[in-house]
Amino acid sequence: MATVTYDGASRIYPGTERPAVDKLNIEIADGEFLVMVGPSGCGKSTSLRMLAGLEDIDDGAIWVGDRDVTHVQPKDRDIAMVFQSYALYPHMSVADNMGFALKIAKVDKAEIRSRVEDAAKILDLTEYLDRKPKALSGGQRQRVAMGRAIVRQPQVFLMDEPLSNLDAKLRVQTRTQIAALQRRLGTTTVYVTHDQTEALTMGDRIAVLKDGVLQQVGTPRDMYDTPKNVFVAGFIGSPAMNLGTYQVFDGQAQVGRAKVTLSRDAIAQLKADDKNHVVLGFRPESLDRAAPNAEGAIPIEVDIVEELGSDAFVYGSIPNEFGESKDLHFAAGDSQVVVRIDPRDVPGKGDTIWVTIRGGEQHVFSAATGDRLNAATIHQDGIVK
Amino acid sequence: MPLHINGAGHPEFMTLPWSLPLEQWPTDQIAALPRGISRHVVRFVKLADRVVAIKETNASIAEREFVMLRELQRLGAPGVVPLAVVSGRTNALGEPLEAALITEHLQFSLPYRSLFSQALREETTTRFVDALAVLLVRLHLLGFYWGDVSLSNALFRRDAAEFTAYLVDAETGDLHASLSDGQRSYDTEIARMNIIGELMDLEAQGHLEDTVDPMAIADRLQERYDELWEALTQTATYTSNIPLRIATRVKELNDLGFDVSEMDMRETENGDALVMRAKVVDAGHHARRLMRLTGLDVQENQARRLLNDLDEYRVLVSHPSEDEGYSAHQWLMKVFEPTVRAVPREFRKKLEPAQVFHEVLDHRWFLAEAADHDVAMPVAVASYVKNVLPNRPDEQSVLGTPASELNAAEMTADLPALTAEVEARSQETPVFEGDNTGAWGRATEDEADATAPDDEPAPPPTVTRQSTKREPPAHKVPGSERD
Repeated sequence: MATVTYDGASRIYPGTERPAVDKLNIEIADGEFLVMVGPSGCGKSTSLRMLAGLEDIDDGAIWVGDRDVTHVQPKDRDIAMVFQSYALYPHMSVADNMGFALKIAKVDKAEIRSRVEDAAKILDLTEYLDRKPKALSGGQRQRVAMGRAIVRQPQVFLMDEPLSNLDAKLRVQTRTQIAALQRRLGTTTVYVTHDQTEALTMGDRIAVLKDGVLQQVGTPRDMYDTPKNVFVAGFIGSPAMNLGTYQVFDGQAQVGRAKVTLSRDAIAQLKADDKNHVVLGFRPESLDRAAPNAEGAIPIEVDIVEELGSDAFVYGSIPNEFGESKDLHFAAGDSQVVVRIDPRDVPGKGDTIWVTIRGGEQHVFSAATGDRLNAATIHQDGIVK
Repeated sequence: MPLHINGAGHPEFMTLPWSLPLEQWPTDQIAALPRGISRHVVRFVKLADRVVAIKETNASIAEREFVMLRELQRLGAPGVVPLAVVSGRTNALGEPLEAALITEHLQFSLPYRSLFSQALREETTTRFVDALAVLLVRLHLLGFYWGDVSLSNALFRRDAAEFTAYLVDAETGDLHASLSDGQRSYDTEIARMNIIGELMDLEAQGHLEDTVDPMAIADRLQERYDELWEALTQTATYTSNIPLRIATRVKELNDLGFDVSEMDMRETENGDALVMRAKVVDAGHHARRLMRLTGLDVQENQARRLLNDLDEYRVLVSHPSEDEGYSAHQWLMKVFEPTVRAVPREFRKKLEPAQVFHEVLDHRWFLAEAADHDVAMPVAVASYVKNVLPNRPDEQSVLGTPASELNAAEMTADLPALTAEVEARSQETPVFEGDNTGAWGRATEDEADATAPDDEPAPPPTVTRQSTKREPPAHKVPGSERD
């Protein structure tokens, strides 16, 4: 068990100007499950490979526990890369499949057996230890593969998109299993994915990267409630946060026909560079239906209603006869806004509904820098999507 | 999403039963099941003019591997040729099926497990591992990090007395401008682990000789890799006799089978020494020379062997002062082609022509040794075709378990991969002779069992002849007595 520290670690590929990973600083606690997430090319896999020893570290350092491993060979770092799936050997017993790496490392037989038995207990494989892999189900085989890494008792587990080649159903199952297993083992784990849902559901903390730069690191709750900038706001959450750039008059953002009063701390942070514009964000579940033309209510023309039983989502657009709103970043495709509504009161296509942003659930960002302007947002329902 | 086939325009691809999971494809379409250990369902499928390997996996992995294999092919890496990616598959109920990657089956290639139907000798094992080490060095020189090096993920082709390894599975790989020491060392570490695992699996199956130590074999991979990497990339500092040093260095690399296309030479700060490093080396020095001289496209060690014979021919028969290209043409017309043409049509699926030529040269050497004088090539060929070749198995398409031997349960087995089929079947497949690159005039399987222990080469044939020149030779070989 150990902590992991990225101390200003950078990776600059020869012949490129921008670092693939730029002065990464993260401290990962002993036993923590940290998920690195971001779009492709953000540097998350490179960061993981730097820790594994597969990428040179051009600047800064990486520590495992109190040991500087910056220049240590991969196999001497006491780190295990967990593959998406190992090949299992059909003629060897499950126990041998799990323990053979220890045999190579010349661990004595009794020790191997006891470690294999411990791992099997955690993985619910005890009764299968003397069988051949052929006799196991797909899920059990995958656990045997995990067992191979576990018996080595490394300081840190590394996983790079381990679920990417599974189908959707198995992915959800395995996701839960890996998270539960990690908690039982208590081994520090760094996990890389491009899927924000995976990040939110699995990690103790999440690190969001973009263009090689760490955007924010925090608990799933932090990331969801208080994204530090527009990128994190748009990346974390599904359906994504509604985001748009609006002009500000007298502390109010002009959203289509509606005037939305912005929080005072956000207004106080506005700079000249923002030219009286803000990026306003609100999550689909942060809206309440309101009477037509009520104060601060935003009209939304309904394009599509997606009914999911427990929830319903309206995909619509904000009519904008004034034309002030430009540079919209809504993530809802052609429709511009997503609203979660009561599934028992669903509007029809082409209707206009009126919604207000619930108090304290605005996310206000600088139009110039994209950085957050207002303080923490508190959600009423407490549900992390 | 409708069915989408992206890649080589091959009309037959459209006619394959894409609406069935690969495991349920009708037996008349399946050529065989593979022999390696695979994560995915893989089947060999016979088309009119070729055999292809089809692997089921998810669309993004298939697409990525296709692009990666194409890129490796462009860089000249030894690997299988990708043909197409099939996506948007659905079954009869309209439910989605996994995407498929189609690659061309590499002719005359041998999966390592196909050589283990009988106990495997240490010597053969080490040659596999040596071939894998060379492949790994070549891939690393190109900046390819493999990520899952193993015997299962490579195919082996006979290459004169050695094997040449080809990359089959690039799914876990990555291409970089160049590899860090960490990437290289981790790749070889994975290779060690996998090889030990694979050999221990063979051991558990009883297909490995007791004297073979999996760990020693795996360590050998590391040694061979380090040696070759060092030899190809070392930086040397010279203070005197520099032109000779450079020539010697280039020659050394040539002897290892590499051409130097970029040499980095710089003077030291004080100007009294030269620091030299081969910056870009290309494998296939001998294969390229043979190609240039004769147009023959063969593997490196085969090329070495053929070139030796060609050079000998030039000195002895043609004339040393003769133009090299002209001599090569003469050799091709008078030596190589007649030898290869002497192989009857029905035996041509057994070995590649260049491999036949190599074996004939070996056979000739043994005949000459026994006879205590030179044996003419036509004589050696005739003896080889009569006594050696008939006992060799067909190696053009060694795939795995023939589909005709599979029962319905196996074809529709619920769980893919792990090649459980192999476990059940491998002993029943036609017995494949273990190591026979150096073999010649061997008795057939049954006779060998009766007469000689398996691991000892058959005794050299007795050859009694008067002369190689005048009358047709009347030689006698043990095999022929039993005819």
